[in-house]
Amino acid sequence: MVVWTDEERAAISDIFSKLDYDDVGPKCLSRCLIVYPWTQRYFGAFGNLYNAEAIMNNPLIAKHGTTVLRGLERALKNMDDIKNTYAELSILHSEKLRVDPDNFKLLSDCLTIVIAAKMGTAFTPEYQASFQKFLSVVVSALGRQYH
Amino acid sequence: MSLSAKEKVIVKDFFAKVSSRSDEIGAEALARLIVVYPQTKSYFAHWKDLSPNGAPVRKHGITVMGGVYEAVSKIDDLAGGLLTLSELHAFVLRVDPVNFKILSHCIMVVLSMLFAEEFTPQIHVAVDKFLALLALALAEKYR
Repeated sequence: MVVWTDEERAAISDIFSKLDYDDVGPKCLSRCLIVYPWTQRYFGAFGNLYNAEAIMNNPLIAKHGTTVLRGLERALKNMDDIKNTYAELSILHSEKLRVDPDNFKLLSDCLTIVIAAKMGTAFTPEYQASFQKFLSVVVSALGRQYH
Repeated sequence: MSLSAKEKVIVKDFFAKVSSRSDEIGAEALARLIVVYPQTKSYFAHWKDLSPNGAPVRKHGITVMGGVYEAVSKIDDLAGGLLTLSELHAFVLRVDPVNFKILSHCIMVVLSMLFAEEFTPQIHVAVDKFLALLALALAEKYR
């Protein structure tokens, strides 16, 4: 059972309240595909991923980035039971999408970096700690149904 | 994974551009390391003051960032150029190499925070590779 302090809940809520999903989602996914190019293996049907510029301007990637980030909202709204909230999503990623769970960590590192860019010094060490704890719980929940 | 000639230029140019704030970057990165990853405090148990904004942490962050800049200047031969530092980390400090990865992440979070416009995905990948190669060079003498 994950225990959240009041400070952690406040930090995570604050970060999400300021989030523009249509901006951060695309930025996060495209950064992941550029910084960790092997992750492109899951996006064969997404069109031109030939170079960084192509990735950053790809509308299908942008749309999918927003979709992925919206998925995080589910965890935000169910912080006390992320494990069960994500059971279905975990099966989806394991059985249908067949995403190597190590990739979840890569995407969450990119998200941290994009949020840091947006928030600047408001992204304090304590905020970073809370946010990374939240993301690691999400990542763990997503990997749970793999067998 | 090695740095291409173009990536070496990207890394050198970027670190030159942010050099005026290198102390701030180092201090902030180390502060984050001990707050976000409290287990890393085990290496600093001999300090009286382990607060993230305290003098020992900030001073050491500056030292570490100095090492990063030294590595930038020796980017063409990291293993050779960082031999002494590698021996220090291997035989004296004995820092588990997994911590190099998490410090690299903290450095990049700080770079992104302070230089949001400049730390583009293209620069991010070059810096990520560089820091990974730096870590490898530091671990060269471990066993």
